[in-house]
Amino acid sequence: MSTDTKTDQVAETTPEAQERRINMIEAINEALDIMLARDPDVIVMGEDVGYFGGVFRCTAGLQAKHGKTRVFDTPISECGIIGVAVGMGAYGLRPVPEIQFADYIYPGLDQLISEAARLRYRSATEYIAPLTVRSPFGGGIFGGQTHSQSPESIFTHVSGLKTVIPSTPYDAKGLLIAAIEDNDPVIFFEPKRIYNGPFSGFYDKPVEPWKKHDQSVVPEGYYRIPLGKARKVREGEAVTVLAYGTMVHVAEAVCKAKEIDADILDLRTLMPLDIEAIEASVKKTGRCLIVHEATRTSGFGSELSALVTERCFYHLEAPVERVTGFDTPYPHSLEWAYFPGPVRIGDALDKILKD
Amino acid sequence: MADPADTPQSAPDNRPALALHVPEPKFRPGDTADFSDIDIGEPGAVERPDEAARPDDMKHLAYALVRVLGDDNQAHGPWDPKLDPDTLRKMLGHMAMVRAFDERMFRGQRQGKTSFYMKCTGEEATSVAASMALASDDMVFPSYRQQGILIARGYPLLEMINQIYSNKGDKLKGRQLPIMYSSREHSFFSISGNLATQTPQAVGWAMASAIKGDSRIAATWVGEGSTAEGDFHSACTFATVYNAPVILNVINNQWAISSFSGFAGAERTTFAARALGYGLAGLRVDGNDALACYAAQSWAANRARANQGPTLIEYFTYRAEGHSTSDDPSGYRSAQERDEWPLGDPVTRLKDHLIAIGEWDEDRQAAMDLKCAEEVKATTKEAEKNGILGHGLHHPFHTMFEDVFEKLPWHLEEQAEQATRERIAKFGTERPYG
Repeated sequence: MSTDTKTDQVAETTPEAQERRINMIEAINEALDIMLARDPDVIVMGEDVGYFGGVFRCTAGLQAKHGKTRVFDTPISECGIIGVAVGMGAYGLRPVPEIQFADYIYPGLDQLISEAARLRYRSATEYIAPLTVRSPFGGGIFGGQTHSQSPESIFTHVSGLKTVIPSTPYDAKGLLIAAIEDNDPVIFFEPKRIYNGPFSGFYDKPVEPWKKHDQSVVPEGYYRIPLGKARKVREGEAVTVLAYGTMVHVAEAVCKAKEIDADILDLRTLMPLDIEAIEASVKKTGRCLIVHEATRTSGFGSELSALVTERCFYHLEAPVERVTGFDTPYPHSLEWAYFPGPVRIGDALDKILKD
Repeated sequence: MADPADTPQSAPDNRPALALHVPEPKFRPGDTADFSDIDIGEPGAVERPDEAARPDDMKHLAYALVRVLGDDNQAHGPWDPKLDPDTLRKMLGHMAMVRAFDERMFRGQRQGKTSFYMKCTGEEATSVAASMALASDDMVFPSYRQQGILIARGYPLLEMINQIYSNKGDKLKGRQLPIMYSSREHSFFSISGNLATQTPQAVGWAMASAIKGDSRIAATWVGEGSTAEGDFHSACTFATVYNAPVILNVINNQWAISSFSGFAGAERTTFAARALGYGLAGLRVDGNDALACYAAQSWAANRARANQGPTLIEYFTYRAEGHSTSDDPSGYRSAQERDEWPLGDPVTRLKDHLIAIGEWDEDRQAAMDLKCAEEVKATTKEAEKNGILGHGLHHPFHTMFEDVFEKLPWHLEEQAEQATRERIAKFGTERPYG
């Protein structure tokens, strides 16, 4: 009940609050907790999310606090999870289903693509699907090909879906609250490699916990970050870097190591996209690197590259470069050979900056 | 030379050669249809269990056939819903209206007024009678052949025809294929067109109603062919796991376009028997017997409303016409099947029952049929004032981009401007009509 009194407050700015540092799992848990308390129509469901609290602990304690009809386990059926969530949305609830790994989302695709995404349109607003589908995504945890994928471009390709990917605890909380309050279906991908700490891409170096990162300072209580607004990670003049999720931190670390004065944008929301921020940055720097972990062909980088070329062509001083995962399944033992790490990013930056 | 499929290859070892079974319907075009092997039981012969019965205690009902109306046109047995004559006449009236509507709309498609239509001839009772057993605010998640629900719930014919014509009066803004209606006001969910997707949605709606302590239940309709979809099995699982207040209606009309029910498993068991493995209550009902349809839905609705759990009902019926205006069944099934169907025609049977109990006559039937036809005709003329498909009286181009999201994002705004430019370039004006 402790959050009840705080839920109507906006972000705290007191020094005490600023000192509070949490990781991304705790931030997501807080967002869910706050929304369950604020809105009696919010329902959290998914495989293992109830009593146990989720395989990544994102829903820990929520069932005990909010009850079994608000937070509950589901059958192992992603089609069923999304399908019943659409029906609950039609009733007037605001379901927040969890798909345990993004790699498992495919059995639910028809319900997402043909149903949730189209419902407002096909019924001319009689029915909507205000669901937020949370799902851990991305690699770097030795998850093999079925626990490492980054399928975001499947969803950005579908008209009617929003796709959100946070890269910090602060953003995870504020974006998740905004996603839950949004009346459109939102795919909320959580980069599981950075649940417990940001990742430099130098996988053989010790992991840094979130508490050393300034974006782990998370206010208690309710606040939201609008969907469709990118975050400027670092102001620079030499090259624009467009990234999201885990790759924000990898790109930042590489630029720091190579002492490149990069203008780094964390896109945060792929759909709707903050095109103004992208255009402003590329027109300033004249160079653009796009980084994502997903496979290359028809990846979201293709869309970004096309947009930058269409809108900023006469400002460009070098071809737009993409750094991505390879067009293979995510390999287990060769994970770090697959991962678009510091070498691949560094080479691309050298190429863009060479003249 | 013998068909290789008829002569099993000798296996490379001593084990017997395996053979693949590909189902084949009993009759093809030109064949004499003979359904005498179908066991339809006797009217009134099937017991009516308590609405709180455990699914395990009523397993045999999944293999029986609940029938009320007999060849003597009287109602028989414990499933007789004992409806008063006014209700029976209302039911008959809705079914007659559905038939008149189907006839007119089918012809309208042939006349080029729209792209597509689907009749429900022979299956009227499965939607009209079944939905009359629900409360008007119970939520229905239909498939594409349940126009009878809308008519029974009093949805205006004009709205239906505007939707079929995709004209400027279509409240769905011409976005959906004809007959994919939606009416929140009538607790009628938006029809998808993708098969069986509505089944887990109905379960989810019912779960939501239970979460909220509401008293409304949900019901969904799905064809027997679509029970092969994973969505249907997810729906059954979620329904049983959460004891959801939902009714899963399976319309077994024997045909899924050109694929007979054997391609959904009918050669091995009944569709009602799907309920058993899930622990759902299962009923199998004569879908051409309006009283049996009403009684079964009423039983399941009472069960759901009393928190006793979900029910799966198979309506054993026959799709008397083609799948849609795009289908010609003479290419794959015997034309005799419709006439030989052992359970007759649902409209005729209900009419004959009303006559048999002295509450109706052929003159009144003829007058009612005429009145239905005239009402549909007049409403069609009214709808045509709003335009027919492809004749310009559609919604403005900008509506194409609205409602994809709650708010128009920049990329759709840009594309909407492009569409408007294209329209002006072609027609010299932005708006399609006044």
